[in-house]
Amino acid sequence: MDAIYLDHAATTPVHPAVIEAMTNALQTSFGNPSSIHSFGRESRAILDRCRRYVADKIGASEKEIYFTSGGTEADNLAIIGVALANKAKGKHIITTQIEHHAVLHAAEHLETLGFEVTYLPVNQYGQVEMRTLQESLRDDTILVSIMMVNNEVGTLQAIAELAAIIKDHQAYFHTDAVQAFGLEQINVAKLGLDLLSVSGHKINGPKGTGFLYAGKGVKFHALQHGGAQERLKRPGTESLPAIVGLTKAIELIVEDNYPHKASYENYRTVFLQVLAQEGITFQVNGAPNAYAPSILNISFPGTSVESLLMNLDLDGIAASSGSACTAGSLELSHVLIAMYGEQDPRTENAIRFSFGLANDAAQIKKAATKVSQIIKRLTKQSTIIEEVK
Amino acid sequence: MIYFDNSATTKPLQEVLESFHTVSESYYGNASSVHRLGLEASRILRKAHEQAGLLLNVNPEEIIFTSGGTEGNNLAIKGIAYAYQSRGKHIITSKIEHPSVLVACEFLATQGFEITYLPVDQTGVVKVDDIKAALREDTILVSIMHVNNELGTIQPIKEIGALLSDRRYTFFHVDDVQGFGKVKLELKDNGIDLYTLSGHKIHGLKGTGLLYVKKQVRLAPLFHGGGQQFERRSGTENLPGIVSLVKAMRVVTEYHLHHAEHIQQLNNKLRLELSHFPEVVINTIEDQAPHILNFSIPGFKPEVILHALTERNIFVSTKSACSSKKPDESAVLSAIQLPRAQSTSAIRVSFSYHNNEGEVELFARVLKKILKDLKK
Repeated sequence: MDAIYLDHAATTPVHPAVIEAMTNALQTSFGNPSSIHSFGRESRAILDRCRRYVADKIGASEKEIYFTSGGTEADNLAIIGVALANKAKGKHIITTQIEHHAVLHAAEHLETLGFEVTYLPVNQYGQVEMRTLQESLRDDTILVSIMMVNNEVGTLQAIAELAAIIKDHQAYFHTDAVQAFGLEQINVAKLGLDLLSVSGHKINGPKGTGFLYAGKGVKFHALQHGGAQERLKRPGTESLPAIVGLTKAIELIVEDNYPHKASYENYRTVFLQVLAQEGITFQVNGAPNAYAPSILNISFPGTSVESLLMNLDLDGIAASSGSACTAGSLELSHVLIAMYGEQDPRTENAIRFSFGLANDAAQIKKAATKVSQIIKRLTKQSTIIEEVK
Repeated sequence: MIYFDNSATTKPLQEVLESFHTVSESYYGNASSVHRLGLEASRILRKAHEQAGLLLNVNPEEIIFTSGGTEGNNLAIKGIAYAYQSRGKHIITSKIEHPSVLVACEFLATQGFEITYLPVDQTGVVKVDDIKAALREDTILVSIMHVNNELGTIQPIKEIGALLSDRRYTFFHVDDVQGFGKVKLELKDNGIDLYTLSGHKIHGLKGTGLLYVKKQVRLAPLFHGGGQQFERRSGTENLPGIVSLVKAMRVVTEYHLHHAEHIQQLNNKLRLELSHFPEVVINTIEDQAPHILNFSIPGFKPEVILHALTERNIFVSTKSACSSKKPDESAVLSAIQLPRAQSTSAIRVSFSYHNNEGEVELFARVLKKILKDLKK
């Protein structure tokens, strides 16, 4: 039985063309880009080309792109880096309760260093409301970090409007675009962004790669120190084949004019249609009008996450309860708690299905049918248990 | 083509590429996911921890996979500094460390830590007595590299480890990016608490590496997030990179086991060839790491020689690739107090197991011709 992979928000398969590009780079361009002989110069030329390409596709200049070892490092570099470099201007930071742990834990770390952090609440759709940002903003705020697409429920934030609020304020605006990147064109200037984080392995690129965009003039400290790579902000021999892979992954999306959004929208519709036809009781968690179609988070009343996940896995469906990073522990989702409060049953019966290149419409239909069967089985069981009690 | 710049980076091995390829294609799950793909990935990750542990003769959970040597060194140094700052804020290192150690220490100096940069003697070796003299009540970390990246000198790690063995809160970090696979070093018997490796210096991939951290040693993380790798290094594990690193470690360990004398012979051969050059002064003393030989040709600009060699498809370097952008003299060579004429005219040759004696002969012949042409 071939498993159906509906966990693309955790990680994605590497695109064959990415593997090819990387293999080619590994075999032919192994020079250290800092070496001054021709091996080094060749690697340097490839690195420069990748940087220019990535920069161009988000409307930035090549000097504003810093390649990292992934989304976590990019988020940490943005948040801790900006905080440490700007503490003379203030020690207040604003973020939200529903960020990825790479942002939340970096912010908590800053609290131990004497920074003050405001964690904005969200409404029941997972949206940050404009007034909460306006009300929290202080003269000593130096950074606002709000994710573009939430990794658990897929809610899309009104980033341009949120960034506009602090346009004339000293604070920098950072967005974690790890889940958003690749669905639609992102233009940092149009959105009014100072910093933006992207991860490679969420867009069919390799693990261990990502980048941070930091606009010219944005002051931030390096997290690690060493050679002069990445304009001193991220020392360490550049992971060239991975950077080539990341660039290729972006190229595949851009040159095909961001093709995925429409198909994921279709998967989403099909999935929900099947559930409805099968008579399943469910509720979609997230914002009905502002969402990334790649992520579909659904609560099934009368079930529990553990038994759902186990049954899904046995039936060959790979899905997830929350973000992969917290999924291992099966702790309650901080995102759903922020949306509904701690006592709400929806925090305990939600499953995230996330779509990607490993899927097609037939698969989605099959998966939704299987999910329906499992839900019927499980809710029947729980009704019986209720009756016995 | 003759590639003699293996201390800058090495060519990845075919079997390493194959491991990377297989894992990328077949085991792409996130090791934290609870479904089957995630479980498979986490099983492979656990195996990688076990195999790396086996190769270093340490426990699997003492291995943290990183994005490379720079991150490993930064994590070790800042990790100890921030975790133990209540016990003391003094750190000892040497003047000939890699920039990823030196600049990390310089950064800590701006954060209220005190750093002692030990000098080295004229052979490029740190003296154990100097460390003894520098140790203070509040010294929390000693960071000394095993093999110097420019000279190839081997530092007295065993002796330093012994010196620190009865100091419970002075931790010992060893940067072994240049030594692994060429100069044997036992971690367990030598009092080493932290130990850095890089993948791309041992025919693995760039963007891979590991840090060994002894059990019970606390470490403040550099990256905060999902709590991967025993809460010590957040971020989705780069599984293909990790597996390829362990593969490279295994292959290089085997090379070392069976062909240790091969590189030494290349080194001896080059020394012999260079001894016929009246213009050349050898900077690396004998009986050091076999794969690095540093020499100067006073009166000749090293860039000119490097360029002339490159034109003939021979690749060496003037100094460490990481600091190649700086126009000034080598910090390491100035630390061993070489006359400026020597410290500004140095060439570093670094071998791999794949080089051969014929290449050394050809290199010597070409160098002779270049010097002859330049003198005209």
